[in-house]
Amino acid sequence: MPYIFTVSPDFTPDHLAGWFIFNTWLQRALREAFHLELYDDFQSQREAIHADKIDLIYANPYDAAMLVRDKGFTPLVKPVGHSDEAIIAVSADNGMTEVEALQPGVRVATTDDPDVHMMGMIMLEPADLNADNIHLKTCDSYVLVAKKLVRGESDVGIFLDEAFNDLSSMVKRQLRVLVSSQIQVVHHSLMLGPKLAPHYDALRQALLAMPDDPKGRGVLSSLGVTRWGGVDQEEMEFMIDLMDTLMV
Amino acid sequence: MQDMNPDDIAGTYREYTLELYNAGTRTILVTDIETPYPDGRLIVSRTDPDGIITHVNRSFVEMSRYSEEDLVGAPHSILRHPDMPPAAFKDLWNTVANGETWHGYVKNLRKDGGFYWVKATVIPNVRDNRLVGYTSVRRKPSRKKVEECAALYPTLF
Repeated sequence: MPYIFTVSPDFTPDHLAGWFIFNTWLQRALREAFHLELYDDFQSQREAIHADKIDLIYANPYDAAMLVRDKGFTPLVKPVGHSDEAIIAVSADNGMTEVEALQPGVRVATTDDPDVHMMGMIMLEPADLNADNIHLKTCDSYVLVAKKLVRGESDVGIFLDEAFNDLSSMVKRQLRVLVSSQIQVVHHSLMLGPKLAPHYDALRQALLAMPDDPKGRGVLSSLGVTRWGGVDQEEMEFMIDLMDTLMV
Repeated sequence: MQDMNPDDIAGTYREYTLELYNAGTRTILVTDIETPYPDGRLIVSRTDPDGIITHVNRSFVEMSRYSEEDLVGAPHSILRHPDMPPAAFKDLWNTVANGETWHGYVKNLRKDGGFYWVKATVIPNVRDNRLVGYTSVRRKPSRKKVEECAALYPTLF
């Protein structure tokens, strides 16, 4: 039976092939069979985690507490220079210049990307907005969030900054950023399940050495990552504590 | 804790003496200059179980005007503003000592005597069933909430 590797469903579509390439690299690095299982949404991925079907995961920070505290996962690495940040944007035609001007009843387009949605909602708090006094529309992708704004079907959009920056220049010209987060310490990370625990040292060492050879660099490049940085248990606990404070 | 230094203060100031829990008395110098909370930022700090700061992020340094060296090793009450009622902090410590999360609106004192309002959340950090400290995260408050607290807090002394 191969080990099961999965990736947070919010990965950039451009990196889909990259994760399959990474899975192949993983099998060679550990000389073990891995199967890359991708889930369409966070809910189905969480069900698989709860059923102990997952052995290795590139996890959304929102799920880190559950993985570490309930499922005994251990953090391995994070992509260096890739913290998760959110953007609040409106249509370029919208007269709003600051979040504080938004009123209850505003229509907010978002995704089911849990950490970005949470950061976006925090950036709406200065206007006294919360899930109870806005109209939330959850879209399947950030492109669809942008379309909602451009078509006037939503007033405000919550974006992952990377996804916003990847929008075509024609779309971006029709949008305006109201506020960007600068949180810096919330990041995805690769985490190892209990069954793979004996491979922790070998895998961490291999991951950190990836930039040292051309093949490893090629795999990283296909994921849009320059290099991995080690994440120790305490750094992960710190991020989990931080996420706990933000979920209030 | 060290008293505040008049050379650090911007503008005219008033002088107060605060009795701080576990940190003795401190002379503070206070102005009426408010620094607005910057959009999109979080101010993050961690303390040990006695409230001594062990970690601060860049936003904390920028908003408080203290250096990281000033802050790490100092009691968190280095930010204590005289307009904050002691009851608020008593509630904070009682809540986190029970292992629960506290949140509230806090007026913080800067090194230059000015102030800034935050929406603060404090959680106990538990490792292997042992309390190792507290994490505090501050975010931008709504103006309406700030105005409500500015009216309420003077009644709590």
